[in-house]
Amino acid sequence: MDTGLRGLARALRLVILVALAVLFLVPFYLLVRNGLATESDITAPNWTFFPRHLQWGNLRELFDDPSVPMLHALWNSAQIAVATTAGTLLLASLAGYGLARIPYPWADQVFYGILGTLMIPSAVTFVPSFVLVSSLGWVSTLRGLIVPTLFSAFAAFLFRQYFLGFPQELEDAARVDGLGYWRTYWRIVVPNSAPVFAAVGTIVFIGSWNSFLWPLVIGQDQQSWTVQVALSTFTTGQTVNLHELFVAAAVSILPLLVVFVVLQRFIVAGVERSGIDD
Amino acid sequence: MLSRLLGPQRRYLWFWVFTGPFVIGLAVFAYIPLLWSIGLSFFDAHNTVTPTHFVGFANYGSMLSDTAFTSSLATFAVFSLFIVPATYALSLALALMVNRLRFARAFFRSVFFLPTACSYVVASMIWKLSVFNGVRFGLANTVLGWFGADPAAWLSTTRPPWYWVVIVTVRLWLQAGFYLVLFLAGLQRIPGTLYEAAAVDGARPGWQVFRHITFPQLRATSVAVLLLLVINAFQAFDEFYNLLSTARGYPPYARPPLVYLYYVALGQGQDLGLGSAGAVILALIIAVVTVVQARWFGLGRKEA
Repeated sequence: MDTGLRGLARALRLVILVALAVLFLVPFYLLVRNGLATESDITAPNWTFFPRHLQWGNLRELFDDPSVPMLHALWNSAQIAVATTAGTLLLASLAGYGLARIPYPWADQVFYGILGTLMIPSAVTFVPSFVLVSSLGWVSTLRGLIVPTLFSAFAAFLFRQYFLGFPQELEDAARVDGLGYWRTYWRIVVPNSAPVFAAVGTIVFIGSWNSFLWPLVIGQDQQSWTVQVALSTFTTGQTVNLHELFVAAAVSILPLLVVFVVLQRFIVAGVERSGIDD
Repeated sequence: MLSRLLGPQRRYLWFWVFTGPFVIGLAVFAYIPLLWSIGLSFFDAHNTVTPTHFVGFANYGSMLSDTAFTSSLATFAVFSLFIVPATYALSLALALMVNRLRFARAFFRSVFFLPTACSYVVASMIWKLSVFNGVRFGLANTVLGWFGADPAAWLSTTRPPWYWVVIVTVRLWLQAGFYLVLFLAGLQRIPGTLYEAAAVDGARPGWQVFRHITFPQLRATSVAVLLLLVINAFQAFDEFYNLLSTARGYPPYARPPLVYLYYVALGQGQDLGLGSAGAVILALIIAVVTVVQARWFGLGRKEA
């Protein structure tokens, strides 16, 4: 009876979604627009949506300008994110497998001890963690930025949940062939678990690349700034060329967006698995 | 003796080979700092992590009687009153609309999820320097100008407190997609037979079905989303710091708890005793809020 009405509702829904999608994309556009615009196009009183000139030279300017330590900060961030991701995947997957598959009388207690740290909000522990790291003498070092973040209870939890559902028959077959826990893990379990490694890996990588409070607290001299700390220093402090700041931010985010779009289905699966199904 | 420790077929040994490195690291970098910090909170610890002057509960007393601390809690309360309902409503509405699409569902989900990959620093930068920069070339003021309105000084005025618009919209943009994904997963889990039964019973598609089927079925997801939203709002730091702090320092308004704590513990005073007391108080507040909220929403209660 009311198919016309329903068609109208559907069309309306689509219009709203398209409008909101455009709105959600505008900030990304502004980033690129300002990064490729001339300084006067950014600060002109008659602001226009499209810049009058595209200035690709901004990119070269960013990499040539020695007063803006952006390249070094990007390099720091890349090292930190790669090391953090690799370390977290190794440590958390081993722990998750041990908890899920190796019988041990106190395994539950160990598991709750790990989960307990999830209850302590990580941002509240920055003062105590700073206390520890500074007494180790790790302030303003890459070590201080990487090592304390390697032990992610969240990642261990995701791996444990995943390995609990890993087909036992595959492991039993390996056991019959005489493989112990260690070789079963590396030869059978890891090669068959690519999706969970991809999901946890991307989530950890993006989190590490984007994290701010810890690098701000630990990276106290310019040599140890991450890209977020460097961008923040210029956003909150002394003025810098706006086009240079925006092109730097665009450079910092575009590789990540590509990774994000390519691996999105793994991330979505990881987010969905992250605990709602309790 | 040794063989008992190693367990049958050395299983206990293997358990610790797998979990040991992680557990030791977690103990060193999570539990030790926590205990150390609780210890520090009872000492006068200016610029030192090995203090000698025991002060009892003095740090807690001065923290709780400090109006700057209590007003930071008020700032959090206002912030969560804005951001929690806004994110909840927007992400649920988006999920409902995306879920009913017959095509391009993945495309729209991707678009709304994309900001999750953006850092708070970069987003704050775009909001502060391009959208809401308080001068006429800002996007928001340009749009206001189309309607003949005067430009607003978004971040640098407290009367009216326009800065809340900036703070709330930046987080809304960054996090709505994440919760959209959670809601979509929740919607997919609702059995289709429920909708068929509702149609047989004469429920009209739209509000009635949402009110009696979809919304109650999303209960578990809703509880989890609200808990996460409140906890995350409590830990807000990045966008406040990057939006409001300028070359002249942080303004006296809009200081959430973590920004306040940051300046106490790592600012000029480096008062780690006071900072630790503040961290302990905040951790306790979060624990209480979490438990109360979980009770209130009846977490763990079986679905009807």
